[in-house]
Amino acid sequence: MTDNSISNTISPGSVVFSARTVTKVYNMGEVKVHALRGVDMELYAGEMVVLLGPSGSGKSTLLNILGGLDTATSGHVTYHGRDITGAPDKELTEYRRVHVGFVFQFYNLIPSLTALENVAVVTEIAAQPMDPAEALALVGLGNRLDHFPAQLSGGEQQRVAIARAVAKNPDVLLCDEPTGALDSATGIVVLEVLERVNRELGTATVLITHNADIAEMADRVIYLSDGLISRVHRNERKKPPHELRW
Amino acid sequence: MKGQALAIALIIASGVATFIMSVSTMQSLKLTQATFYKDYRFADVFASLKRAPEGLQTRIREIPGVDRVETRVSAAVNIDIPGFPDPVTGNIISIPDIGEPLLNKLFLREGRLTEPFRDDEVVIGEAFAGAHGFTPGDKLGVIINGRRRDLTIVGIALSPEHIYQMPPGAFFPDFERYGVMWMGRTPLATAYDMKGAFNDVTLTLSPNANVNDVIDRLDELLKPYGGLGAYSRKDQLSHRYLSEEFRQLEQMAAMFPVIFLGVAVFLLNVVISRVIHMQREEIAVLKAFGYSNFDIGMHFVKLVLMIVSAGVITGITGGVRLGQWMSNIYMEFYRFPFLKYELRPEIVVIAAFVSAAAAILGTLHSLRKAALLPPAQAMRPEPPATYRETLPERIGLKRLLSQPTRMIIRHIWRRPVKSLLSVTGIAFAFAIMMVGSFQGDALDFMVYVQFGLSQREDIAVTFVEPTSGTALYELQGLEGVEYGEVFRSVPARLRFRRRSYRTAIQGLRSGGDLQRLLDTDLKPVELPLSGIVMTDHLGEMLGVREGDLLTVEVLEGRRPVLTVPVAGLVKQYLGVSAYMDLSALNRLMHEGNAVSGVYLATDSRYLPGIFKKLKEMPRVAGTGIREKAIAKFYETMGETILIFTLINTLLAGIIAFGVVYNSARIALSERSRELASLRVLGFTRGEISYILLGELSIFTLAAVPLGFLIGRAMCAYIAANLKTDLFRVPLILESSTYAFAATVVLVSACISGLIVRRKLDRLDLVAVLKTKE
Ligand SMILES: Nc1ncnc2c1ncn2[C@@H]1O[C@H](COP(=O)(O)OP(=O)(O)O)[C@@H](O)[C@H]1O
Ligand SMILES: [Mg+2]
Repeated sequence: MTDNSISNTISPGSVVFSARTVTKVYNMGEVKVHALRGVDMELYAGEMVVLLGPSGSGKSTLLNILGGLDTATSGHVTYHGRDITGAPDKELTEYRRVHVGFVFQFYNLIPSLTALENVAVVTEIAAQPMDPAEALALVGLGNRLDHFPAQLSGGEQQRVAIARAVAKNPDVLLCDEPTGALDSATGIVVLEVLERVNRELGTATVLITHNADIAEMADRVIYLSDGLISRVHRNERKKPPHELRW
Repeated sequence: MKGQALAIALIIASGVATFIMSVSTMQSLKLTQATFYKDYRFADVFASLKRAPEGLQTRIREIPGVDRVETRVSAAVNIDIPGFPDPVTGNIISIPDIGEPLLNKLFLREGRLTEPFRDDEVVIGEAFAGAHGFTPGDKLGVIINGRRRDLTIVGIALSPEHIYQMPPGAFFPDFERYGVMWMGRTPLATAYDMKGAFNDVTLTLSPNANVNDVIDRLDELLKPYGGLGAYSRKDQLSHRYLSEEFRQLEQMAAMFPVIFLGVAVFLLNVVISRVIHMQREEIAVLKAFGYSNFDIGMHFVKLVLMIVSAGVITGITGGVRLGQWMSNIYMEFYRFPFLKYELRPEIVVIAAFVSAAAAILGTLHSLRKAALLPPAQAMRPEPPATYRETLPERIGLKRLLSQPTRMIIRHIWRRPVKSLLSVTGIAFAFAIMMVGSFQGDALDFMVYVQFGLSQREDIAVTFVEPTSGTALYELQGLEGVEYGEVFRSVPARLRFRRRSYRTAIQGLRSGGDLQRLLDTDLKPVELPLSGIVMTDHLGEMLGVREGDLLTVEVLEGRRPVLTVPVAGLVKQYLGVSAYMDLSALNRLMHEGNAVSGVYLATDSRYLPGIFKKLKEMPRVAGTGIREKAIAKFYETMGETILIFTLINTLLAGIIAFGVVYNSARIALSERSRELASLRVLGFTRGEISYILLGELSIFTLAAVPLGFLIGRAMCAYIAANLKTDLFRVPLILESSTYAFAATVVLVSACISGLIVRRKLDRLDLVAVLKTKE
C-alpha cells in the first residue's frame, strides 16, 4: 500500500475493488454471527453503486471491509489488484488516508472545528488534496465556512462530511446510509451532492441504503440479503436525485 | 470507569491514611507521654541552684501549692569510654540511696537501680547505652569534680525528664557524646562536695496551684543559694521538644488530608458527571418506567459512596499501619519506655463521615442534573457540543496552529473551570513533593548558616567555672590548635515590660572570626562595644526593638539586675541567644578578664591528641565537637527525612497519576468518537494520540509553575508555623527540590499517558462510529 503510483491514474471502467468469497463472522461469546457468507463483487472506476438490503443484511460490514476499517474472516479483497486482506493497521491507515473517503449516517464531524477546519483536517495530511473552501463550495456550503457543527443543520453537517470525504481526492467514496438521519428533502440535497461529486470528479461511489427508491440514482444496484449478494441490477437510466421521492 | 474509580479511591485512601496516621500517631504519642509522665511522676517545676543546705527543703515544701518536693544533686561530668577517643560529657543525677526517686522515677529497661551507698555503681540512660552498646556490667570512667572514678553500669533506664536528650547549649541530640546517668545520692554528694546539700530541686504541684506563683516563691527562696531560675514543664527542654513535634504532626494532620479530599472530590465530580452523561438514555428509560428523581439520585449516591468506602477502608487500614510504624519511629527517636498505640473510634468516624459528606456535596451538582433530566430530552441524541475560537487564536496565533492543535486548545478552553481544576490538582502533586523535600533543604540551610557562617569553631571548650582569660594561651599552645577565641556565658533572665525570657548572654570579643553575628542578609556584622544584641526571634518574643532598654537579671554570682540598651538584632535559625562585647559584659559583672570557655579552630589531624590533653585538664568541663555533632545529627534526621520524602513521593505520585489518569480517561470517553473519526479519515495512532496526550501535556506543563507557587506557599506556611525558640525554619527551596518534584509528577503523568495510549490503540473504530453518541 505504500506504493502510491497506482492511485489517481485509473482509467474509467477499470476495476477498483474486487471482493472474492468474503466472509465475516462475529464471535458474540457462544454465538457466532455470520454477517457475510461469501460475497463476490467488483466496483468499477467512476461508477455509482447502491448497496441495497434490509437491516442486518451485512451492508455495513461489507463496506467497512472494503474501506479497510475491518478485516474479512476469509476471502480476499483487492484494491487495484493489490490484496488488502490481512494488511497491518499501519498499511490500512495509509490506505484510508490516501484512497478512501467515508461518509456515515452520523456525520462524525469534529465539533471543535469549523466547517472549513473539518475539511482542512483531512487536506493537511492528504497527498493531493483540493482546497478545503473549494470542497465546501462543491457541496454548496461556500458561505458557511466558519460555522461550527453546532451551528449547522443535520443536512449541512452531512454535506460538510461529504466535503471532508472528497477533499482528499479519493478514488472511492464509501457512504453508509448518508441520508439515514435526515428528512427526505434534506436527504435529496445530500444525494445531489454525492451525484455531483461522482459526475464531476469521477469518484467511484458505493452508497448503502435500505431505501429502494434511492437505488434509482445508481449505475448498478447490488442487493444483499442475509450476508449474500442475491441480485445485481443495472439501471438503464440513472434518475437524478431531485426526481426521487420517498 | 473501574480504573478511574480505583484512582479516586486511592486518592481518598491517601488522604484518610495521612489523616489517620498523623492523628493516631499524635494521640498515641500524647497518650504515651501522659501515661509515662503520670506513672513515673514527671515533676511540674524544676530549678537548679549553686548549693543549698538540705534543710531548705522543708521551706520549699511549705510554699503554697507545692505537693511533693525532691532535692537532688546534679553534676556535669566528663566521661571516659575505653576505645572512644572523643570527649564525652554527661550529667549525673542523684537518686535516693534507698528506694526509688520520689519524682521523675526511672523506668528500668535492663538491670537494676544502684545498691544503697555503693559509690561505684551507675544507672545510665538508654540512648547513651544504645549509642555505645553498653549493657549492665560494663564499666565507664567518670570524672566528677576533677577526680576520676571507675563506675560499673548496673542498669539502663529511661526517665520522663529525658525523653528528648540534648547536651546543654547544643542544638542537636548527640547520644554518643552526651549521656544522662543516675547514682546514689550519698556517694554522688560525697564526690561532688554536696554532702548535706543539694543543687537541684524538682516538685509537683497540688491541683489548682498557680505555677507562676510557686515559681516566684521558689526563686525567692533559692536566690541566696545561687538559684538559676525555676521553670515549669512548659520550659523543660525534653517536654518542649515533644510539644513541638506534636504541633508539627497536628499541622500535617490538617494540611494533607484536605488537599487529597479536595482533589478526590473534584475528580469524583468529573467522573460522575461523565457517567451520568453517558447513561442519560438509561436514566431516561428508568424514569419512563416510573423511577423517581430520588431513586435515580440515590443510585449515583450509592456509586459515590462505594468509591468513598473503598478509599476510606483502604485509608484506615493503611493509616493504622503507617501510624503504628511512625509511632514506633518516634518512640525510638525519643525515649519512651512503651508505646500505647491507640486509634480512637471517633477519628475513624470523622474520617469516614467527612470523606463521604465531601464527596456527596462535591457531586451534588451532577446528581441534580441526572435527577432533573427530562426523559424525553434524554432519549434524543445530543447536538454537537458548542465550541468557540479561543483567545490565543483570535489574537492571530490561529494560522500557526494545525487542526489537531486547534482541537486541543478549544477543548481545554471550552470548560475553563474544569481545565483549571485539573491543572490545580496536578499542581498539588508538585506541592506535596516540594513539602517533602523542603524540610531537608531548610535543614541544610540552617546548618550551613549556623555552622558555616556563624559558629565556625571546631571545638568549644567550656570551663568548670569562669576562669581568667589567660587560659586561652594555654589552649592555643596545644599542638594542632590554630586559633582560639575566648567567650563568657552568663545565664540571665531578660525582661522587657511584662515579657521575660531565660537564656545566656554570650560575651564575645568583637572582630572575632570563629563566632560571627549575621544580619538579616546573613552578612557578618560587628558586635557593638556597648549594649546587647539578640537573635531576631528573641527580640520578637520580648517585643523589643533597637534602642529599647532591657532589664537583665543575671542568674549567676552576685546576681545583679542591670539595665542594658538593645543595640541590634541578628539572624539565627537555631536557639535564642543574646550577645555582648566581652569587655562590656565583664565590666557589668564587675569581674576582670573572666571567660567561660574558648572556641578553637584546629587542624583535624591533631584532634585525638587535643582531646587527650583536654581530658587531662581539670578545669575543662566539656568539649563540644562541631563536625561530629552535625554528622550525627544528619544521620538521625536523614533517616526520618528520607522516610518522609518517600511517603510524600508516593502520595504525590498518587495524586499526579490520579488526576492525569482521570483527565485522560474522561477526555478519551468524551472524544473517542472524534478520534475514531480521525482514524477513519486516515490519521495514524500517533496522530490521534497527539490530540489526547497533547491536552494532558498542556495540563501537566501548566501545573509546573502553578505547583511551584502552591508548593512554595505551603512551605512558607509550614515555615511560619515552625517558629519556636528552639529553631526557626527558613523558607529555602533548592532547585533540586523543584527538579525532583517535576520529575516525579512528569513520570506519573507519563505512566497514565501510556496507559491511555494503549487504550487508544485498541479503539474499535467501527463500534464507535455505529453508536449515535
Ligand atoms: N461488531 C459486531 N459484533 C457482532 N455482530 C455484529 C457486529 N457488527 C455487525 N454485527 C452483526 O452482523 C450482521 C450484519 O450487520 P451490518 O453489516 O451492520 O448490517 P446492515 O448494515 O446491513 O444493517 C448483523 O446481524 C449484526 O448484528
Ligand atoms: Mg448498516
